[in-house]
Amino acid sequence: MLNIANPTNFLKLASWLVPVFAVLTAVLLGVGLYLSFLAPADYQQGETVKIMYLHVPAAWLSMFIYGVMCSAALGTLVWRHPLADAAQKAAAPLGAGFTFICLATGSLWGKPMWGTWWVWDARLTSVLVLFLIYLGLIALWQAIEDPGRAARAAAVLTLVGAVNIPIIKFSVDWWNTLHQPASVFRLGGPTIAASLLWPLLVMALAFTFLFLTLHLMAIRNEIYRRRLRRLSILAASAGETDLSNTMMEPAR
Amino acid sequence: MSAARSPLRALFQREWRIGRRVGGTGSMGVVFFLILVSIIPFAVGPDLVLLARIGPALLWIAALLATLLGLDRLFQGDDDDGSLDLLLMSETPLEAVVFVKCLVHWLLTGVPLVVAAPVFSVMLGLEPKAIFGVTISLLAGTPALTLIGAIGAALTVGFGRGGLLLAILILPLCVPVLIFGVSAAQAASGGTVPFMTPFVILSALSLAALALAPFAAALALRQARI
Amino acid sequence: MRLAATDLTLERGGRLIFSHLSFSLEGGEALAVTGANGAGKSSLLRALAGLLTPASGRIELLPKTDTPRPEAIHYLGHTDALKGVLTLTENLAFWSAMLAIKPGIKTIDEILRRFGLQTVKDLPAAYLSAGQRRRAALARLLLAPRPLWLLDEPLTALDLASQALLKDVMREHLGGGGLIVAATHAGLGLPAHELKIGAAA
Repeated sequence: MLNIANPTNFLKLASWLVPVFAVLTAVLLGVGLYLSFLAPADYQQGETVKIMYLHVPAAWLSMFIYGVMCSAALGTLVWRHPLADAAQKAAAPLGAGFTFICLATGSLWGKPMWGTWWVWDARLTSVLVLFLIYLGLIALWQAIEDPGRAARAAAVLTLVGAVNIPIIKFSVDWWNTLHQPASVFRLGGPTIAASLLWPLLVMALAFTFLFLTLHLMAIRNEIYRRRLRRLSILAASAGETDLSNTMMEPAR
Repeated sequence: MSAARSPLRALFQREWRIGRRVGGTGSMGVVFFLILVSIIPFAVGPDLVLLARIGPALLWIAALLATLLGLDRLFQGDDDDGSLDLLLMSETPLEAVVFVKCLVHWLLTGVPLVVAAPVFSVMLGLEPKAIFGVTISLLAGTPALTLIGAIGAALTVGFGRGGLLLAILILPLCVPVLIFGVSAAQAASGGTVPFMTPFVILSALSLAALALAPFAAALALRQARI
Repeated sequence: MRLAATDLTLERGGRLIFSHLSFSLEGGEALAVTGANGAGKSSLLRALAGLLTPASGRIELLPKTDTPRPEAIHYLGHTDALKGVLTLTENLAFWSAMLAIKPGIKTIDEILRRFGLQTVKDLPAAYLSAGQRRRAALARLLLAPRPLWLLDEPLTALDLASQALLKDVMREHLGGGGLIVAATHAGLGLPAHELKIGAAA
């Protein structure tokens, strides 16, 4: 049984898994985009509703990636696993990226409908706060030099965030109903008919494989980065000259 | 002075004394609060009607920032002089240590803000019911701000730019407290929302923070040592 | 009482400090840890204190009791753990309460007298000289009885008289069955086993 917990074994696994996932991603993206363009236009919003096929899967991914980070965080704190550290660190920018795609597509979707580039509706705002949490995690990673310590701090923050995110969602929904009682348009659009569901699912799957591909690649890079760091430290130690001959013998 | 009878009492006494003797602990927060409240009209205009409408929100944001920007000192002093190591090696659980430090921080930073709020509310033209709403919502919500902020303080102990990083990490987590705090403050003046609903939720958030934040902060402190 | 370290490997920031280190120490014995600067003496002490987790290996204080190992240890690092705005007495009273169950101001006064600090006991610690602060940190060792003392460069920053005082205090501790592990450049001035760190590359 291959022990992928060992970084070397992981690298071997990644070397064939990444191309496979990449191909799957390309295929799924192709099929998904094709289906999206084929899908019927919305009677109210016209063709622009198809941005939903990017926006909604991106939202799902931003939550899914946070879940992946939580599992990795547990791996770091409970099992002290170096691969969990790398998985955490690699996932954070990807999570931020998908969250950003969700926000950007939400903005693009809203412009034709409301004439503004941004609107503070409940879901977009919740996603914005999630984006800020991702940015905070990235900032924490960058602030701590020692990778082990950074991983543990980020793990604690990730788990604290996990507890908070449902509370934030609840409070943003509350806030939204307070301030926009007359809001009719939910950015989710009208209830989605079954025929429109297939492109959505395919795109979601495509995004998932895109994430997995990028994630594996990023973990691989992180492993290389750590090895480089270790080698640099060893090189520094090897360069030390031995001064022990000049020291006094301890007194007895 | 008599000898403290229990470790937590001794810790409270020590934190209190340090807080009171180091110049400006409580007053800096209040002064910052005042400065924020004062510069708002320069940006927004002196129209008291407008200021009264956004007043509760401004006061809450100012209180939030005033609390957060002093929190990076919560554990830094003890980390610098080795006290944190020794506290880790004492019989007292680290969670209890965090709680006592948060309690003193709230008493010395949060409570002065609550006391100052009515005065600053007048500057923003709030009517009595709104003043009451702001004050009581700050009273119920500032403990949550201190406690959640303590998690950030624990995560950023040992950094030079701790204050800024702390704010980046903690502000998103404080959004619920801000939402319900302002909502309660505004609901006190009337309107469609009954005051008790957001106020009870706000209090619940503070209690939840009381239950969970010491554990998260202690975990973060421990993980930083290993 | 016995301190046993088995097969210790310690890493810090990705750097291997030492590996497969083993030693044991009986009650009444002292261990002087020597080595070049940065060799890992302080890290070893912190690992023994429970402030650092070794990458592998075991540290045990035998016989095992319910007390976690860190609570049976006095750790003296490079810093003094004194708050400048509190008086010396307030500082020591605080640590007395944190480290032991029953402090007594009388006991603190006696300890301060022994360390020659009775004249400054009501001054804020910020006004003390470096030597006085160091002696105050040492005074903490006597506030509560704990069997294992981990001392990081204890004789540094002390004048000869204070060093003699510290050696007396250490001898008493060892005489009572206590254990001492000290990181030192210049030896302890007491009979001690020696552990050299960083000798092999």
